[in-house]
Amino acid sequence: MSGKLTLISSATASGSSSIEFTSGIDDSFDEYVFYFVDINPATDNTDFVFLGSSNGGTDYGVDKVTTSWRAKHTESASTSFGYVTGYDHPLDGTEKQWLAYGVGSDSDESTAGIFHIFNPSSAYVKHFYSRFNVYSASIETTDLFIAGYWNTTSVIDAVQFKMISGNFDGVIQMYGIS
Amino acid sequence: MSDDWKLLDTSTPSGASSVEFTDLTGFKIFKFVFIDVNPATDNVKFQFNGSDDASSHTYDITKTTTYFDAQHKQDGNYGALNYKTNHDLAQSTGYQSLGYELGNGSDECLAGELHLFNPASTYVKHFYYVGNYYQNTEYTLNPYVAGYFNTTSAITALNFKMDSGNFDGVIKQYGLVAS
Repeated sequence: MSGKLTLISSATASGSSSIEFTSGIDDSFDEYVFYFVDINPATDNTDFVFLGSSNGGTDYGVDKVTTSWRAKHTESASTSFGYVTGYDHPLDGTEKQWLAYGVGSDSDESTAGIFHIFNPSSAYVKHFYSRFNVYSASIETTDLFIAGYWNTTSVIDAVQFKMISGNFDGVIQMYGIS
Repeated sequence: MSDDWKLLDTSTPSGASSVEFTDLTGFKIFKFVFIDVNPATDNVKFQFNGSDDASSHTYDITKTTTYFDAQHKQDGNYGALNYKTNHDLAQSTGYQSLGYELGNGSDECLAGELHLFNPASTYVKHFYYVGNYYQNTEYTLNPYVAGYFNTTSAITALNFKMDSGNFDGVIKQYGLVAS
């Protein structure tokens, strides 16, 4: 495996309620990675989330189970580190999964990170993980890690990204890794 | 538009006090890969900082960061995962450590990857790092560092150095997502 990236799709959100990738997620690659740059919500203190689809984006209710943990440091030097319940999902988690939470909406506040999906056409469950850094509305940096799997043997062929409240700006690019 | 990571620059410090990368344009994501980084002085920190100067760079950008690491000693003891409050920064213009207590033995070194997101952005500039190094009392240490340059000015250059003495190694700069 070379680790070479192939750009499949690029999206620029500008006051967008969501960004969907409904093509290009198939058996062409064993691994996909999304890069997120300057993700800035219109609503303060909101969460950036994703959902998966097995029918090309007709609906996004694929069951998943996830973990969430982070390191946090405020600009006034208060720290927090460890597993975070409430931003993970049990097996009945057919709703959104957080990638970044508490994102600030000010003109200098944003989040950035990566999101990997492994073999979305697998006959096994489909694993994913992410790492984001967040400038949050409570004026702190958060180094946030999410991982888990879509608990389905069906394909994952579409992914949606959005804020849980309001619109957002930013750039999202999807690559295949070969 | 670039498909893959593009190699932009390679620095091979040999007894160098610091390494600068002064072109952070043309891409929205940069990756710096550190290979065989070996200090001349034992028990030192490997650090970086940013500049917003157009030239004659001063490295003094305000940052808020997190730092945690996993550790394990060669004798099989002291396996642990800990947040390190003495290696993070809160609105500091000082250098951010990517490792501490580095060993300078002939077989001791550091390796890792630092991602920097959109240094030309009008938002803060996010970064994160993961690496591994040979600590000077025979540990392996696996640090995770992240944070943001708290400025709306463009970050124009990065500087890497030990907090004391010179170092050898290879540092490669890559770009992704052409801007």
